[in-house]
Amino acid sequence: MLVQLLRRDLAQFFPFTGSGAALPVVFFVAVAMLFPFAVGPDANILAKTGGGVVWIAALLAAILPLEKLVARDIELGFFDQLKLRGMAEEAMMAVRLIAHWLSFGPPLVLATFPAAALLKIEGETFQILLLGLIAGTPGLAAIGLMIAALTASLRAGAALSGLLLIPLALPILIFGAGALARQDQVSLGFVGAISLALVALAPFAAGAAIRAAREN
Amino acid sequence: MQAPSPALSAHDLACRRGDRLLFRRLSFALEAGAACHVTGANGAGKTTLIRAVAGLTTPYAGEVRRTGALALLDERAGLDPDLPLGRALEFWAKIDAVEHLALESCCDRLALGNLLDVPVRYLSTGQKKRAALARVLGQAAPVWLLDEPLSGLDVASQALVSTLVREHCDGGGIALIASHQPLDVPGMTSFAIEDFAPAPAEAEV
Repeated sequence: MLVQLLRRDLAQFFPFTGSGAALPVVFFVAVAMLFPFAVGPDANILAKTGGGVVWIAALLAAILPLEKLVARDIELGFFDQLKLRGMAEEAMMAVRLIAHWLSFGPPLVLATFPAAALLKIEGETFQILLLGLIAGTPGLAAIGLMIAALTASLRAGAALSGLLLIPLALPILIFGAGALARQDQVSLGFVGAISLALVALAPFAAGAAIRAAREN
Repeated sequence: MQAPSPALSAHDLACRRGDRLLFRRLSFALEAGAACHVTGANGAGKTTLIRAVAGLTTPYAGEVRRTGALALLDERAGLDPDLPLGRALEFWAKIDAVEHLALESCCDRLALGNLLDVPVRYLSTGQKKRAALARVLGQAAPVWLLDEPLSGLDVASQALVSTLVREHCDGGGIALIASHQPLDVPGMTSFAIEDFAPAPAEAEV
């Protein structure tokens, strides 16, 4: 049952198969492309600030898919039907988290290659950036899922979710971008730890949120 | 091993919506082969009752007891709007472990055969309702909860719903149907949800 659900969720959210799911990645590359136009093509400035720009672009790209992540399936009665078949909300949300990360994390990491080339990020800096995104995107996906589930029954949910994600994603951003500034890999450990904690927490918080959304 | 005979009962059920008590002291007991029709005006609490019986919401008071798997039909079909109907139904067939042939015969029964390639979002209200009925039929659950199964359907399909409920109950199933339209099912009991509405003084919780 879980495998079937994962396959369905992936088909819904994966870039180029799902509806408009490639948008976050395109947006991510577009930001990286715009930045050199805005600050000029000085390779030194780009290499110094580019890593931070990539992180901000990743954070903003994480906001884009939130609108459809949970609310649509509540409206469809999809989660209700799964509940009747004995599946716990936590399990539905755990599957959704995996599908959401797979459709957003790895494509973003791949898109970092062209983005880094545009921003003149090379060598060890590039390595730390890549590792940081690999460690950080599961956390961003988990925050996104919790917010999407919490705001699903609100009318202005989509606008609110962007606003909520930014403060919650700050720790990931600070350690992830901080690792670039200091060129150390210790901060990456913190990014990974924050991500793990969020991933462990998200299915329970999101599950409780969609249960609560039913009651009103 | 034989599955235990299905049963569905409610004891002293009370539900509210917001601050308003919709009904209280509602009890019923349905055994294998029984169909029950819940009537009531719009907003009287039919859907709330169905959702509480389904276990989707927690009732304000009282309890629901059920033996046997549950199939729910409500105004939301649970079918992915972007998928062709055939594939959307197939997803639930896989979840419910329904054979491909059984699914096909359910679709034929509800005259969906030539709609299977059409994306769900292009279907009309009645066609969507028939698709949801095919999902319920395929599920082969002994307990059916049908919330407004007749709304949006044409005359022929409405008669078909009555036939399906009749067959389901003849086969030992249970059906609880909330609808303000009449159904032609012999031996079906019925109650009006307004009979359990609280006196005006009790209505505010």
